Amino acid sequence: MPDLAIETHGLTKRFRSQVAVDGLDLAVPEGSVFGFLGPNGSGKTTTIRMLLGLVAATAGDARVLGADMPHHVDSVLPRVGALVEGPAFSPYLSGEANLRRFDAADRHAPRGTRSDRVALALERVGLSHAAKKKVGAYSLGMKQRLGLANALLMRRELLVLDEPTNGLDPQGTREVRSLIRSLADGGTTVFVSSHLLAEVEQVCTHAAVMSVGRLVAQGTLDELRGSGSRVLVRTPDPGRARAVLAELGLPIGETAAGGIRSVMDASGDELVTARLGGSADAAPEAIVAALVNAGVRVRGFEIERASLEQRFVDLTGEGFDVVA
Amino acid sequence: MSSREANDGPVGVDARVGRSGGAGGGTLSLLGSELLTLFRRRRTWALLGALALIPILIALAVRLSGGPPTGRGPAFLDQITNNGFFVGVTAILVAIPLFLPLTIGVVAGDAIAGEASHGTLRYLLIAPAGRIRLLLVKYAAAAVFCVAATLTVVVVGTLIGWALFPIGPVTLLSGATVGVGDALLRFLAIAAYVTVSLLGLSAIGLFLSTLTTVPVGAMAATAILAVVSQIVGALPQLEWLHPWLFTHYWLGFGDLMRDPIVWDTFGDNALLQAGYLVVFGALAVGRFLTKDVLS
Repeated sequence: MPDLAIETHGLTKRFRSQVAVDGLDLAVPEGSVFGFLGPNGSGKTTTIRMLLGLVAATAGDARVLGADMPHHVDSVLPRVGALVEGPAFSPYLSGEANLRRFDAADRHAPRGTRSDRVALALERVGLSHAAKKKVGAYSLGMKQRLGLANALLMRRELLVLDEPTNGLDPQGTREVRSLIRSLADGGTTVFVSSHLLAEVEQVCTHAAVMSVGRLVAQGTLDELRGSGSRVLVRTPDPGRARAVLAELGLPIGETAAGGIRSVMDASGDELVTARLGGSADAAPEAIVAALVNAGVRVRGFEIERASLEQRFVDLTGEGFDVVA
Repeated sequence: MSSREANDGPVGVDARVGRSGGAGGGTLSLLGSELLTLFRRRRTWALLGALALIPILIALAVRLSGGPPTGRGPAFLDQITNNGFFVGVTAILVAIPLFLPLTIGVVAGDAIAGEASHGTLRYLLIAPAGRIRLLLVKYAAAAVFCVAATLTVVVVGTLIGWALFPIGPVTLLSGATVGVGDALLRFLAIAAYVTVSLLGLSAIGLFLSTLTTVPVGAMAATAILAVVSQIVGALPQLEWLHPWLFTHYWLGFGDLMRDPIVWDTFGDNALLQAGYLVVFGALAVGRFLTKDVLS
């Protein structure tokens, strides 16, 4: 098992009577690109603030890069680059001056290389042309890029990016994705929070899903998707097909995205679906063989890999189940 | 965003070796950056400009009206026509009750609350600036602004007085007369006295600034406290309280205009201000260290 870049146990934050984060057990492996998902208000940003020592936890503990937070803020944070709840800069200073200011605040950042590092960070986010412009005159997308540049001023072991593509156009979103990939290739662990799943799905190796302050799922993307995959059988013998699928031990009668259901096809065939439990004994070829052996006329067979989005909807209870 | 070899910028590699620079150097570097930020801000210059207007207006008014009748207006006012040097002293006397506390309130009250309202506080803290270090630097910057503010009034006042009125040896409160050089040194001593007077207020402003994310609230509260303290200082019924008010010695720099100079008030004032600095500095640290930064 690889070392963990972020590890929390029972992490809880209560604001007066409201519980923002409730008993969170996160495990972010070193070197992963970790998607931290959840609808707005599910506690993602509060969690990030606790990880970075901005907010004190009510209960539980958090370790970042192997050290206890917030007690080791001074030794851990220089190794962490972060974008928290959107970029924030002094509007009356230029983009470059803002970066120099944050860099000066880090006592481990050498002064001698400051100009070079700032210029390089600006170049990497495509802002060199606007370096001398006051941030007050920046567009939202430019501020977002500057926020990313700030996270990249030094070589980081961990990047925490809260909604990094907010306010970016499709081109900017693509650029952020390729930036995340190249950072991950360089060995940096990237922790990305987002409510836009499609985008996370493209870059992440791992993900966790939050709902109303609680962690509802966590693992590699395959693990998360796997439990949501479905079998689709097109057949004029739905009754027999259902029986066979049930015999194979595929989950029946679940209400959320699964169970065995059937829908009338225009041709008179019915579409029988069942959830794949993720267990090895239900290999697709075995299912087909079992169906054929039982005399089911299989006119179509498909394994539908659930998109993370579908999974997300299932887990967070937002939206409703739509059968194929 | 170029996806070229990402994590190993040619300059980023040995970044953490900079640790050897020592904490002191790092903090000075942060102070330099803070002062640069403060004095690159147009608002700071607007505040100093407003302070510079006080001696200019006084000098012009006296010049154009041919001088006030003796015994009316602020102390020293009637001396200006005889000696332009008194413009600076008169101006500082006029600025102390309200204008100087107002500008200090703006700078000190904005220190933490302003960063919070811009959201830059969270980025300074995760840089990481260190909470105590950030407070120290913010206070030091406010103190530098106090120096700049008082010097602005005294220097602009002396210069405009020099330009518009005759200049000569200065007659002191004790009746003795000192030369131009001696007088200029005494004006600098007055500027130092007034700067010290404002240090307690700066600490109060910094503390108030840690309580809110609305900078205007901290600024107004700081300025109001300065006024309230002076009002309390004027109520004879509360005389027992007077020696403890941070405004108690604010107008006590007259001792610097005697011969020989009496330093007692300077010392008492410095001690009182140091007390306020310790108390409100500790409150600010206590508050800021445990504060959840949600802005």
